Amino acid sequence: MAIFWLLIFLSIITIYFYNRLVSLKNQALEALSDIEVQLKRRYNLIPNLVETVKAYASHEKEVFEKVTEARSRAMMAQNFKEKEEAENLISQALKSIFALVENYPQLRASENFQKLQEELTDTEDKIQAARRFYNSCVRDLNIAIESFPTNIFAKIFNFQKMELFSVSPEEREVPKVKF
Amino acid sequence: MPSVYENIRSNQQKTIFLISAFLCFIVILGWFLSQVFGNEQILYFAIFFALFQSFLSYWYSDKIPVWLVGAKEISKKDNPRIYRLVENLAISAGMPTPKIFIAPERQPNAFAAGRDEKHSVIVLNQGLIDLLDEKELEGVIAHELSHIKNRDVLIASVAVVLVSFVAILSNFVFRFAFFGGVRRDDRERQNPLLLILFFIVIILAPIIAQLIQFAISRKREFLADSSAVLLTRYSQGLISALQKISQNRIPLRNQNPALASLYICNPFKEKNWFLNLFSTHPPVEKRIEELRKISF
Repeated sequence: MAIFWLLIFLSIITIYFYNRLVSLKNQALEALSDIEVQLKRRYNLIPNLVETVKAYASHEKEVFEKVTEARSRAMMAQNFKEKEEAENLISQALKSIFALVENYPQLRASENFQKLQEELTDTEDKIQAARRFYNSCVRDLNIAIESFPTNIFAKIFNFQKMELFSVSPEEREVPKVKF
Repeated sequence: MPSVYENIRSNQQKTIFLISAFLCFIVILGWFLSQVFGNEQILYFAIFFALFQSFLSYWYSDKIPVWLVGAKEISKKDNPRIYRLVENLAISAGMPTPKIFIAPERQPNAFAAGRDEKHSVIVLNQGLIDLLDEKELEGVIAHELSHIKNRDVLIASVAVVLVSFVAILSNFVFRFAFFGGVRRDDRERQNPLLLILFFIVIILAPIIAQLIQFAISRKREFLADSSAVLLTRYSQGLISALQKISQNRIPLRNQNPALASLYICNPFKEKNWFLNLFSTHPPVEKRIEELRKISF
């Protein structure tokens, strides 16, 4: 009889911890797809931006190639690390485009460009926000996987820790303003 | 520290308790009155009224407070700056963007209302938008979003609707009893119903207030403050926002005591016992002190 109760007790706690891990993992995956939504928005804006800038500064080929290449690399990326690197490359390439535009007052004044710039800045903010939420979900999952007694169940059912987004060293630096 | 989910559950339980307490109270009151006047219909009316009011308080918990302050909804086009601030913070909190309203009040203050994440609103006074800078606004909005996430708004909004009823009734009775133009020697000819109502309100108001005090703990403000900082990662924004809001002396145009517990800071600065009866705010100094302790 005692064994029977023990079995009941064990299965109840197993179900509890297993379900907890499943919900944490799914929250993190959902957060990851929320980032994807924002990234897609950025992918869609980039060709527009390139076209607009090209109309005024067609000879600055290098910069355009850089951003287009980074975009296709990011869209093709297979794993987390590759993706993160490619996305950071896009951010840098976009920065160099906006720096370049400083030399073309006409372009800077064009309404189309201003709207695109605003959209892109906003998307950039949203990507950061979505990453922050993803990180907080992954933090909860990782804490659960590492701490006792959840770690036992995580081992049994093979739950893996997920990776956090880091702030790249280029982005962490405060931009220097030159006069 | 209690987790967010425990908080949600406890808030839901308290809401059920609050609504049932209100239901019982009105029905008992109806029964009492029907005994006094020997008319059973009063009881039926009371039951119907209580059910209707409870349903209303739950289902329209986002619409009624907005309607009470006369706020206008804004879209992304009307005010992209404010809209984006809220939208981005909602993304980092992992929740849908609530509807955003601006109330034509000069007092810098804000509140959130609604029954869950999908049916919630955030109301900013025009005075708040004019007074605060980007980082400070972010702190205030994050505070309100945390209230929505913890379901603090559910219980507070339900309470608002229930308390509104008592407030309207008592306002009416007070005015009638003191400024109604009834001279002292006319008292005998006064309607006995009014006297009964007067005593009911005198008894009812403090009881309801006590219920609200019990249901809406002061801890939730601290919790929302710290969750807000977790979202923005910048405690100074909220600290200076709270300082600016609390130093401001502009009174609210729409003095509805029922709304007091919703706002981020107590909107009633003057020492009016009736207005402050429903206030559940810890002092701002204490909140700032707690915020200063947070470090990364």
